[in-house]
Amino acid sequence: MAKSRSALVVPSIAILLGFALGAAVLLATGRSPIDMFYAMLQSVSGKNLRADTFNPRYIGEFIVQSMPIMLTGLSVGFAFRTGLFNIGAEGQLMVGSIAAVAVGLWVQAPPVIHVLLVLLAAMLAGGLWGAIPGFLKARFNVHEVVVTIMLNYVALYLNNWAIVSIFKSVDRIKTEVIPATALLKSSALAALTNGSRLNWGFVPVLLSILVYWFLIEKTTFGYSLRAVGFNKDGALYAGMKVNRSIVSSMIIAGVFAGLAGAVITVGTFSFGRALPAAEGYGFDGIAVALVGGNAAIGVFLSGLLFGMLKAAQPLMQSQGIPKDIASIIQASIVLFIAMKYGIEYLMKKIRMRKPPVAVEEVES
Amino acid sequence: MNLLLTMIPIALVYATPLVIAALGGLYSERSGIVNIALEGIMMVGAFTAASVTVVLEPNPLAAYFGILAGVLAGVVFSLLHAFASINLKADQVVSGTALNILAGGVTVYLCQIFFDQQRTNAFTTGLAKISLPGLADLPVLGVLLFKDVYPTSYAAILLVLLTWFIVYQTPFGLRLRACGENPQAAASMGISVLGMRYTGVLISGALAGLAGATMVLTQDIQYTLGSVHGAGFIALACLIFGKWNPFGVLGAGLFFGFSQALSIYAGDIPFLQAVPLDFFYMLPYILTVIALVVFSGKSVGPKAAGELYDAGKR
Repeated sequence: MAKSRSALVVPSIAILLGFALGAAVLLATGRSPIDMFYAMLQSVSGKNLRADTFNPRYIGEFIVQSMPIMLTGLSVGFAFRTGLFNIGAEGQLMVGSIAAVAVGLWVQAPPVIHVLLVLLAAMLAGGLWGAIPGFLKARFNVHEVVVTIMLNYVALYLNNWAIVSIFKSVDRIKTEVIPATALLKSSALAALTNGSRLNWGFVPVLLSILVYWFLIEKTTFGYSLRAVGFNKDGALYAGMKVNRSIVSSMIIAGVFAGLAGAVITVGTFSFGRALPAAEGYGFDGIAVALVGGNAAIGVFLSGLLFGMLKAAQPLMQSQGIPKDIASIIQASIVLFIAMKYGIEYLMKKIRMRKPPVAVEEVES
Repeated sequence: MNLLLTMIPIALVYATPLVIAALGGLYSERSGIVNIALEGIMMVGAFTAASVTVVLEPNPLAAYFGILAGVLAGVVFSLLHAFASINLKADQVVSGTALNILAGGVTVYLCQIFFDQQRTNAFTTGLAKISLPGLADLPVLGVLLFKDVYPTSYAAILLVLLTWFIVYQTPFGLRLRACGENPQAAASMGISVLGMRYTGVLISGALAGLAGATMVLTQDIQYTLGSVHGAGFIALACLIFGKWNPFGVLGAGLFFGFSQALSIYAGDIPFLQAVPLDFFYMLPYILTVIALVVFSGKSVGPKAAGELYDAGKR
């Protein structure tokens, strides 16, 4: 009970502190925090409270921004549950995106089947990319943090090379447009949200959240993964195959991130893109997983929170608030979550300072 | 041969910040604190150095004040990592990740406050090159190493020697390494683990700040979000590839610097023309993964790096 309460309290305090710090930074630099909160409200509800206008396009973009980071959040969270730190969601996502472009451009198939093949290919590619650090950890005891960081950059340059040399991008920035059969695009959803980029991507995202919950909470496989995360030696003693768990956990983490690559490439966009630098979905995923406590529902909610921050960025910028305040808030929330021990220690101190009268009241 | 003569000075320019930042990582990790925030600290150092240089610029010493400011900014920023991971027992990788996100946010935010754009204004000269009188006239070697070289490259070499001396030849270095290998044993000998770890992280902040300042003032015309573009992670790679040893770090830094210079000139070298540029960019990262596998099983890195320090643990 105490544990589940702290799982809610620590992130809530961290989020409050993060936004308070963001507001303080705005105040200190002569910007209005109120404008920022209006921008965030507008990005979630579509309603501009000042001009009293409503534009559902903002809601659509808010959902579009939340989808991939929920998936990278699941990716990071799944590895966390097995005691692994997957900084490599970014790279797994990019490899997934390469696979999505390949199947999208090169395979011909009827509508629904084609897009399913694209998603499958992206998941497979992401899983394979995740298997590398998993295998190296299990076989050679090489730390997954460093390997995944390095593989992120390998994936970035692999993607840029593939866009130009394999997919023959003419402008060296993006591939030709992927056929409609392979896209998650929906004119109905776009029309519903006044021309936003909202697409069917939310279906695989929601399914992934369900699968995550089921795998982790309801299967012996998930139980043994969690056991490895809690206590590797204990799990080994209990006869669990620790090394196999490490590899499978990283593969599944990679599958979620790879799917995010497909959702971006054939959902948000409709072509493969060469990137000057990583776009930060992997780091967003770390924030989402930490705030969501690595639980399915938590990842869903914190995905919405950080999706809102991302979606509000253009609105903030247009109102004279540097959009980078969003990164400052996100980073501080992560930092505050990391300071969990400190926050819990403070909470304990505050509780101990409470007068004993309160205890008696409860007892009577 | 002529190509090599032009490539080596450029490789030195690229290698310098890598070596300096990796030495920073060495102090931190040797004290037992993993510092994946090198990238973020470099960004903060680069932003501060570029801003101070732009403001002071007609002054011939502007870049040096910029570098000094970058070092200080690096120390201040790394305090966050030290406080979170030492006092509040935060996961060091999470804290480092947070700092990397924060650095991108804070620097570009401040650019918009100070310069009304998403980058600093451009400086006119940045750091000026120097030539060592006498030595610069030597045949071949003069052109390669002593003529028109950035003073920071010499600083990097000096720092390598100094680091080797401090870490392996002084009582301080012994204590620092003890905290990274077995903090409980170090504490039992009366060493302040907390103090040593703070020192390690703050030195890494100073050096990463210096590395960022060097990078922006020698390779760029202004600070942008892309100014550091992963150099902090290559520095981390240097640290591992160099087996947490100052001379190893120097070797790895020169090698990775050379591979970057090679990517620029690959078009001029017949047998490299066919290799796509992106493969050169990938090289340091792939080699590091391979190095990790090769080193695995042998205890090369500090044993306790990344672990939470629990004074009561046996």
